Amino acid sequence: MVTATLILLSLLVPLLTALGIALAGRWPNMREGVTLTGALLLALVVYSLLPPVLAGERPEFTLLDMMPGISLAFRVEPLGMMFAGVAAFLWPVNSLYSIGYMRGNQEQHQTRFYICFAIALFAAMGVAFAANLVTLFVFYEILTLSTYPLVTHKGKSSLKAGRVYLGILLFTSIGLLLPAIIWTWQATGTITFTPGGILGGKVSGVALTALSVLYFYGIGKAALMPIHRWLPAAMVAPTPVSALLHAVAVVKAGVFTVIKVAVYVFGLETLQSAPGIEWLLYVAGFTILVASTIALYQDNLKRRLAYSTVSQLSYVVLGAAILAPISIVGATLHIVAHAFGKITLFFAAGSIYTAAHKTEISQLNGIGYRMPWTMGAFTIGALSMIGVPPAVGFISKWYLLMGAFEAHQYLAFGIIIVSTLLNAAYFMPIIYAAFFRPEAPGKPDDYGHGEAPWPIVVALCITAGMTLVLFLFPEIPYQLAIQVGR
Amino acid sequence: MSSQLPALQLVIPLLSAPLCFLIGKARIAWAIATLASWACAAIAVTLLLRVNDGSVIEYAFGNWPGPWGIVYTIDRLNAFVLVIVSGIAAVILPYSWPSVCREIPPRLHVLFYTALLLCLSGLLGMTITGDAFNLFVLLEISSLSTYTLISLGKDRRSLTAAFQYLVMGTIGGTFILIGVGLLYMLTGTLNMADLAHRLQPLEGSRTLQAAFAFLVVGFGLKLAMFPLHLWLPNAYATAPSVVSAFLAATATKVAVYAMLRFLFGIFGADFTYNQMHLQFLLVPLALMAILFASMTAVYQRGVKRMLAYSSLAQIGYMLLGIGLANLHGLMATLLHLFNHALIKGALFLVMANIFYRAGGTAINHVTGLGRQMPWSMAAFVAGGLSLIGVPLTVGFISKWYLIQASIDRGWWLITAMILLGSLIALVYIWRVVEAAYFKERPPDQPTVTEVPLWLLIPTWVLILGNIWFGMNAEFTAGVAEAAAATLLGER
Repeated sequence: MVTATLILLSLLVPLLTALGIALAGRWPNMREGVTLTGALLLALVVYSLLPPVLAGERPEFTLLDMMPGISLAFRVEPLGMMFAGVAAFLWPVNSLYSIGYMRGNQEQHQTRFYICFAIALFAAMGVAFAANLVTLFVFYEILTLSTYPLVTHKGKSSLKAGRVYLGILLFTSIGLLLPAIIWTWQATGTITFTPGGILGGKVSGVALTALSVLYFYGIGKAALMPIHRWLPAAMVAPTPVSALLHAVAVVKAGVFTVIKVAVYVFGLETLQSAPGIEWLLYVAGFTILVASTIALYQDNLKRRLAYSTVSQLSYVVLGAAILAPISIVGATLHIVAHAFGKITLFFAAGSIYTAAHKTEISQLNGIGYRMPWTMGAFTIGALSMIGVPPAVGFISKWYLLMGAFEAHQYLAFGIIIVSTLLNAAYFMPIIYAAFFRPEAPGKPDDYGHGEAPWPIVVALCITAGMTLVLFLFPEIPYQLAIQVGR
Repeated sequence: MSSQLPALQLVIPLLSAPLCFLIGKARIAWAIATLASWACAAIAVTLLLRVNDGSVIEYAFGNWPGPWGIVYTIDRLNAFVLVIVSGIAAVILPYSWPSVCREIPPRLHVLFYTALLLCLSGLLGMTITGDAFNLFVLLEISSLSTYTLISLGKDRRSLTAAFQYLVMGTIGGTFILIGVGLLYMLTGTLNMADLAHRLQPLEGSRTLQAAFAFLVVGFGLKLAMFPLHLWLPNAYATAPSVVSAFLAATATKVAVYAMLRFLFGIFGADFTYNQMHLQFLLVPLALMAILFASMTAVYQRGVKRMLAYSSLAQIGYMLLGIGLANLHGLMATLLHLFNHALIKGALFLVMANIFYRAGGTAINHVTGLGRQMPWSMAAFVAGGLSLIGVPLTVGFISKWYLIQASIDRGWWLITAMILLGSLIALVYIWRVVEAAYFKERPPDQPTVTEVPLWLLIPTWVLILGNIWFGMNAEFTAGVAEAAAATLLGER
């Protein structure tokens, strides 16, 4: 009973926070206070769900009956716990960062910004804890809609990007994911996530493969090529949005759904029996390599990070596509690893923008000496992305490689190795330029800046620190991941 | 008293109409009309709750028992439609006063409320009656008053629109009359239950087939089935805002209901599908409506006209549900009657709000309004999302059952078309949203403020209805499922 209340609270807290922000809109300090309090409360609520879930409990809660046989219901299982845990940990950190960033850059409409942010977190919690496909779909769409005003925060100039963002995400979810869900419901009479899957024995042969195409392309937030374009488009948003939403909450909701569907709707064994299911592996591999290659050519820092995200997301999809339990563990861990690494990188990008107003990589020569904390954190984040110890990215990559090896998927093995080289190729030059190249001579006022405001620096140090801490103590995510793979 | 409710459902608005006219004071006429609509809504809800266990209320007018006298028959299906019609009226009538004052010259106000009450009584009567000829009479009452209402529009083109509708509507009415006449010729009865009973042995008859064809075309005209729809966009676009909202939410719904009643209640599902193969007519026409009307909507300058084209597409969804010829399809049709009334009622009320302040509803008038009329535009976004079929809105529920019906059949292409239709809806709705939120107010447009609360509350009542019945469709889906099963003769 207590755990059911906690689930309800994990949804209510962000919603009430949004309401509180709206009411306190006129007093910025109070408004930020509400955000921080709400974020910390949510973290508290979510982390009090962790011990029971680790102990094997699966708390449940039904909110309301939507249609006959279909209800909005929640059930906390390890994968959802992991996703919710990451999002809830990073929201307070990101809020701290947002305050520094939004004030430092004197952004407009800050109240709307914080309200939409809180609603997006509400949606992320709903996605994480959803007990069935319809509940997941509902919150998935709320997440899309609540982030639209954040992407178009700058108004008219972001109109086109907003169109791409909303267009792709709604087209894929309504056009592909929804019929897939209804098909599942029609074929099996259930939409509840069940360990071992629900489609086994109900749908088979080519239909199963067709269904897998509908699902995995319907989950547009996982950004498989060629439906990845919304993610680079979303980079017009203020950096805190790119950091928490387009490196963590939104994209992770995508790959989270991919794993969830693969494990709890199809079931790995059923998915293995689908003819031509290798397509997922090929598409994920293609996305990893091509997105990494595109990232090499981007001079805009945020765009390079966005393409890196596209590629890293497909690691998770690849982990699911290998269809081995151990690779599912790797994929699950990669959700965590990538979240902490990528948010650090975005925090650093925003920090550079706030302090130095620089957005292009070619402008970053020598910036490491002016902003040692920022660039230090950036380096740690980049190491995690490449998969070098002592950063947590190493662990997830290890399990992915192990899974590929055990399942005799040498192609996947090769893809991961090659992409690691590509990752290094697009991150190392930035670090090299920042620390080893002399600053270009410029206008005198370019030299005035030092580190970004303290909330930004504190936030990025926390996330960079976490990538190291999680490498040393991966016990809790590992325990959760192993329960997903089992 | 409570046994007289079926009669009162019709008699209250029908008597209030001349009362309004006799008193002749606009404000009192409005008050009477509002009270009458509330009474109707209360009665309709009571009736629905009473028949929701599957029972049927038979009410013999003047105590002349059927099949000789006129019998009003209330089952789950028409009680559900009664709730839709009277519920929408009960929300729109209180709203109407400021809007009517703005759009219609004062000397016509009394006439307006008289005509609106007559239209309401016609629609309610068509729904509640169990007599085929009585249905025709009430259809004419509602049609004639509708022509009057449309011609009251501020735009002078409303006169042509009304005339166009008058011609088409009269043809439709005549076709229905011929159809009913043929049925009477065959059986000698006009009572619907009796007709159904007596038609059974006559299934091979040419006359019966002719009657079927006349009725389908006649109702097709009234409900704006695809190639017979030409009257609708002009009528909705030029009528007074309140009238557009009322008609879009109720008139076509009642026509769809009446067609369902004839197809399934009188001819029977077997005759309709297996002998006349109506699905092979309805499915292609419905798909064409969904695609062509939606695409036309994308290119409209007037937002009201855009919504009118969108209505045509939504009628396509309802007909598609009938054409899919299974339980889920019919359920989707019935649910969409209710859901679309909520969606379009709300969206047209937003248009009325915009007209009230900005003096027009072309895309030009809406541009830049996001800031100036935040609550109205937020209502538009919410209603638009419901039209697209985003979850937690009623549009999602309709779409869910319609897609399920198409998957039940295994008609994948149709599934794709349904989805394509709702994605085109995203395009035309978002065109308006972008204009309202991302563009500056054009210099030739007045700077405006939000409409008064009196107008906002009804708009938001309908929007909240969209959300409430989208989250909690157990009741509506349950009623629709039971009614659909009855229509198909499964229960």
